[in-house]
Amino acid sequence: MRWIWIDKFVEFESGRRAVAVKNVTLAEEHLHDHVPGYPVHPPTLMIEGLAQTAGVLVGEVFDFHEKVVLAKVTRATFHRHVVPGDQIRLEANVMGEVRPEGASIEGRITCNGHLVAEIELMFAHLDQSRAPVESSDENFVFNEDFIRMLRMRHLSDLSKDAAPGDA
Amino acid sequence: MALSRDEIMEKVREALVDALGVDEDEVTPDARIGGDLGAESIDFLDIVFRLEKAFNIKIPRGDLFPDNILTSDEYVQDGKLTPKGIEELKARLPYADLAEFEKNPTVQDIADLFTVDMIVGYIEAKLGGEGG
Repeated sequence: MRWIWIDKFVEFESGRRAVAVKNVTLAEEHLHDHVPGYPVHPPTLMIEGLAQTAGVLVGEVFDFHEKVVLAKVTRATFHRHVVPGDQIRLEANVMGEVRPEGASIEGRITCNGHLVAEIELMFAHLDQSRAPVESSDENFVFNEDFIRMLRMRHLSDLSKDAAPGDA
Repeated sequence: MALSRDEIMEKVREALVDALGVDEDEVTPDARIGGDLGAESIDFLDIVFRLEKAFNIKIPRGDLFPDNILTSDEYVQDGKLTPKGIEELKARLPYADLAEFEKNPTVQDIADLFTVDMIVGYIEAKLGGEGG
């Protein structure tokens, strides 16, 4: 499982809000090409990180039984560069509520309190939203390995009512 | 809460601008959601979410955009609507003009049938029906 663009969840309110952080490091190979001589964390990977944060938030509502896929990046505006050594905070808030068909997410990415990006995403539950192609029965979005890793993280401990702790 | 047709149009316009990223002045009453405003099937879901929120109503699946017609073998064959499909479409969209569409009823062109005005009409009827 290599394509994970968030490091850990720091807040998690089921069905409403999730916050994750990601540490940007020079050990990430692509930074040496993006851009040569001036490494910056790609905005596309920030969108992906937010999509992963929000995907777990939306998926958890139906216990990861739905195939939650990113259907649309409604808008994404970037305000600042993110460089190696930075830790970005990715906040995902559900707009309204998560429904059987999917959900819309309002997201913000910040770094040290500074606004890095404002992103709005839309997720669809594949089978509930008229997928144009046939999908197999097994959930390729949330597979067993991923679920196991998530359960180890005890997301429920991250809700506001829980005592502060790592996950 | 009775909203005038203009007020409904304003909110519909806002929902379409937010969902489709078009300019306000592109959203005219006879603008087609698909043809003129560039909406694709996933946008329909987004539009429904925003309309539900803006008007505080529930729009049942298939009510506004009859997607259940599109996914049924009975109504669609080889990318075109069957006669039964056309009948069903007429029943669901009583305020749409299907004459042109009937000549070559491809699934692709269904999106062209949906105009801003149709949405306003649907919302008006829905708000009126719920007691006002």
